[in-house]
Amino acid sequence: MILEARGLTVRYPGASRVALDQVTLGVGAGELVALVGPNGCGKTTLMRALLGILPAETGETFIDGRAPAAWKRGDLARFLGVVAQREEIWVPLTVEETVMLGRYPRLGALAPITAEDRAEVRRALERCDVWELRDRLVETLSGGEWQRVRVARALAQQPRALVLDEPATALDIRHEMEVMELVATLVKDGLACLLITHHLNLAARYAHRMALLDKGRLIASGTPATVMRAETLSQVFGWPVEVQDWNGAPQLIPLRSPDP
Amino acid sequence: MRSRRLVLLFLAAFLALAVGLMLGSVATGPAGVIRAFSDPTSTENTILFSLRLPRVLLAFAVGAGLAVTGTALQALVRNPLADPYLLGLSGGAGLGAVLAIALVAAGAWTVPLAAWVGAMVSVALVYRLATVAGHRLDPRILLLAGVVVSAFTGAVMAAVLTLVPSPALRNAFLWLLGGFGAASWQSLIVFSAYAIIPAALLVVGARNLDLLSLGEEPAQYLGADVERVKQVVYFSSSLLAAAAVAVSGVVGFVGLVVPHAMRRVVGPMHRALIPAVALTGGGFLVLADGVARTIASPLELPVGVVTAVIGVPLFALLLKRSVR
Repeated sequence: MILEARGLTVRYPGASRVALDQVTLGVGAGELVALVGPNGCGKTTLMRALLGILPAETGETFIDGRAPAAWKRGDLARFLGVVAQREEIWVPLTVEETVMLGRYPRLGALAPITAEDRAEVRRALERCDVWELRDRLVETLSGGEWQRVRVARALAQQPRALVLDEPATALDIRHEMEVMELVATLVKDGLACLLITHHLNLAARYAHRMALLDKGRLIASGTPATVMRAETLSQVFGWPVEVQDWNGAPQLIPLRSPDP
Repeated sequence: MRSRRLVLLFLAAFLALAVGLMLGSVATGPAGVIRAFSDPTSTENTILFSLRLPRVLLAFAVGAGLAVTGTALQALVRNPLADPYLLGLSGGAGLGAVLAIALVAAGAWTVPLAAWVGAMVSVALVYRLATVAGHRLDPRILLLAGVVVSAFTGAVMAAVLTLVPSPALRNAFLWLLGGFGAASWQSLIVFSAYAIIPAALLVVGARNLDLLSLGEEPAQYLGADVERVKQVVYFSSSLLAAAAVAVSGVVGFVGLVVPHAMRRVVGPMHRALIPAVALTGGGFLVLADGVARTIASPLELPVGVVTAVIGVPLFALLLKRSVR
């Protein structure tokens, strides 16, 4: 397993309720695992705890077999690329400069930026379809462009694992599909990928496995077919849904309220 | 393009140093400067080498130090309005100086030393306040703690001034407004030797400062050991600014305006930004000191007055532009 949580329980300081309750989850090389669940169910908490940003109350987490604390930050950033949900830049950075930050884990404190770094940044920009935007200031980008730039930055890290927290939020259909296709390609090339998303239908089509969280507990995990059950989803999301098969992938259709 | 701009800034800084050498109550033209270098027995030689050169170099070093400090602190608190005195440091330095003058005596090194001690005490106090929530340094609380500690030191200073009436205290006030009147080779060497380590730490940490501009969590994901970076930036900046206060009083606006302006010239990446602000901050303070020496000659204005008079409108302009 590249990313692994075993019996992970997390409690925020002073909280009476645990934020994560005995969650076990693993992502292997060449595997795309989608983490889904309602707002506030603990998806991002799980990501942070898995990466050692939040301390676990009980349970353990491993990145490539080692506890997060056993990693040097720099080594970890060469191994694992993360696109977090929130990020606010306050200085006027260009797109290319932003993606170049993804090379920092591979640059020393004083080493100059090499042609190889520039080539890798270009490759990442092109894969995410933002090469044309390279000289734009990031503050002028649309939400979708900004998301793709951040994915490009994670790719510039040349990681072996990717953690994406809602990367396709605010993307239109084409760019959303392009990000998903890109992720699928990377996973096929051997990357381990944990994808946090609200797009259950896309998750069901792209992910090898899905994990459904509700109020910090793992409700279901396994192949999309085992997780995408109408009864479970209706209960967890608090809304009636139907699940239909579409080309072998279970697809969810939220029903309209029965009351007029 | 960026490196060409750095070369231009380097030339401008050199020019500022040259102009600084010529300014003074006894004006020395380019010919005088040349004579000073060629004839060791000339009056110009004495004025230049024992008075003006150390003064100009000290002003340059202090200006560079303050600008680098401001840059690093702005990156730390992710706020372009941060400056080297934000940490309550100037208030602490002022209180230290006033206490030294009121209670001890004004020896050549008493006031700078007391100012330095006062600055470091307030730095420690601010740090303690900013880490109350767990052991993590919270940059937002840092700003608040700086304001609180400044208010406190200001109040104590007012009390001391009321209780100990002494004409020497006027000198303390003037000293606080900043000046290089006491500059000597000795103070230059002491400042430089002391400043080199914190300055080097900030230069080495330039890439971490870039990462911090994304926010703490993304910075961590890109390999920055965020807690350590914040501490190194905080203490290096404090040491540098405290030293600057000790040798020259509180010279405002260099650390605030220069980083802000240079981000527009060389961009926000610190590997280019730090040398750019050092050159510009140094050159700017040399010229400001030149103005302070000559504008009301033979009287000397506090250099902090000059930087404020130039800095406030500049700052207002930058503020207007950045708010849009």
